Amino acid sequence: MRIIDCNRIALGAVLRAPLRTAMMLLATAIGVGAVLLLTSVGESARTYVSGQFQALGTRLVIVFPGKSETSGSMPGAMPGDVERELTLDDARALERSPYVEMLSPIVVGSMPVSYGGRERDTTVLGVSHDFMAIRGWEIGTGEFLPDVDFDRAPPVCVLGRTVKEELFSEQVAVGKWLRVGSRRCRVVGVLLTEGTSLMIDANEIVIVPVAYAQALFDISGLFRIIVQAPGRGDIDATKRDITEIIKQRHYGKEDVTVITQDAVLATFDGIFDTLTQALAGIASISLVVAGVLIMNVMLVAVSQRTREVGLLKALGATRRQIIALFLTEAFFLASFGGLAGLAVGYIGVFVLELTFTDFTFTPPPWAVAAAFVVAIASGMIFGIMPARKAANLDPIAALAGRQS
Amino acid sequence: MIKLEQLCRNFQVGDQVVHALDHLNMQIEAGEYVSIMGPSGSGKSTLLNALGLLDSPTSGDYWLDGIRTASMDDNELAVIRQKKIGFVFQSFHLVPRMNAFENVELPMVLAGMAPAERQQRVQAALGRVGLEARRHHRPDQLSGGERQRVAIARAIVMQPSILLADEPTGNLDSQSGKEVVDIMEELNRQGLTLIVVTHDPAIGQRAGRQIRMEDGRIASDEKIASVLNA
Repeated sequence: MRIIDCNRIALGAVLRAPLRTAMMLLATAIGVGAVLLLTSVGESARTYVSGQFQALGTRLVIVFPGKSETSGSMPGAMPGDVERELTLDDARALERSPYVEMLSPIVVGSMPVSYGGRERDTTVLGVSHDFMAIRGWEIGTGEFLPDVDFDRAPPVCVLGRTVKEELFSEQVAVGKWLRVGSRRCRVVGVLLTEGTSLMIDANEIVIVPVAYAQALFDISGLFRIIVQAPGRGDIDATKRDITEIIKQRHYGKEDVTVITQDAVLATFDGIFDTLTQALAGIASISLVVAGVLIMNVMLVAVSQRTREVGLLKALGATRRQIIALFLTEAFFLASFGGLAGLAVGYIGVFVLELTFTDFTFTPPPWAVAAAFVVAIASGMIFGIMPARKAANLDPIAALAGRQS
Repeated sequence: MIKLEQLCRNFQVGDQVVHALDHLNMQIEAGEYVSIMGPSGSGKSTLLNALGLLDSPTSGDYWLDGIRTASMDDNELAVIRQKKIGFVFQSFHLVPRMNAFENVELPMVLAGMAPAERQQRVQAALGRVGLEARRHHRPDQLSGGERQRVAIARAIVMQPSILLADEPTGNLDSQSGKEVVDIMEELNRQGLTLIVVTHDPAIGQRAGRQIRMEDGRIASDEKIASVLNA
């Protein structure tokens, strides 16, 4: 029997039983569609989260005081928690490294700020001039902190948008003197940037020079140092160099933790890959169910066409030919179902995109290929039993319409 | 040519063994017109199934055109059926979703024959049963007589040496039955061995050789020099 004839006969059997074919199509289509949809959702979550991290800057390296022993608690979360603090001198030493393009020491605390009769508690962030460039923040009016030595503490500040509005309303803030705790400083700029990143809400802050913040909070240590590496490829070297420099300065003790954006990103990537695969696995169950349905429908087809099988045997069809005919039929059912499933899946993705405009939904190519292949494979595997059953029929009994 | 030697076919029915064919000896020459008659349960259908290689005998030998079939496996038997034996059944056994052309083409499709040759042979076979004009009709669009004629076209399209007909007129009115018998007899006159199983004496008595079966044995085997066979 020629392959083309085998296909033609099987296709004829598929097309001449439209109800049966439609049922199979639906079952397989739901399975394939489910895989596409669920993996799209997983992939979308991954893209969203890694997008958020990318926005932080991929050349970012963060230095914490204290050695992280476990991945549990954040080191240096509590003041006095560590044996040796990070200092401005450490920051100045790091700045000389060829693997550090720029850096900013960070001190964070909470203080009441007031202007005129208005007062509120707000987060005070002590940083250096380069902080802006490292974080990619933008100034709305005025300018950012001056580019001075870390030690110097000119009494100037930059306001987040909410703080500016609450204290100054519609008035011009730049040039005014603000009271911060027990000190006074002049407003030099207002941020344009909004939103939260690295756990700091850009709307709700007052930014001051780092030495000014240290004086304000009466501390000598630093909360963090954020460093920008010269290039993405230098991040490992930057990390090593920072660790080495701090170790030398801290009498041989490696008492800082250096984390990179990539490490965090890789962790999240891993988590979301696993999530997507788990979703694909769950959805694959429906493909197996579709396979079982194909088996049942093929069994019905074999019993409905018992006489036909008997005739084929009388006409000289071999066992292999009969198996080939029924398997080809199962193949057509499964692959048409798979194609319909791709259509269902992509329509579903399109609907998701329209519904959740903030996210992009794209089924990962491996999931599309796997769903289609698994659909066909499951149809074929579950088609084997009915096909063998047909091939094993006794010709005389089959011609008489009996199955044994 | 068909030769049966001590052919037995036993069936187990409950505790009893039924000898459907009981040490049968028989020889049928090429081109003969044989009818097999007998009451129900006489073994005539079992004989036809054995001759058609659809059933394997319990013991004994069956030689078809000098080939010993007893030692053959399923696949070899399928090939012999395909090349040497044409079947005509009481209930036609046409594939309902295929038209006349496709039904006649089916044995050649299974044999893997090239489409051009298939086309030519289907035309010729449908021509011989007078149904060229109905080639695109599906079985449900054909009368009973026409369906059986399509089945005959299918049976002869592989140019077999034997045509086995099992109650070929059983589901037909007398007019259609006569047409079907006429076609088969015409094929026999052109050299095809024709074996008809029937319990209708009117059909059976047309054959040049009439075999009567009883209890799995041949009760009588008469050669009649009729006008038909002259």
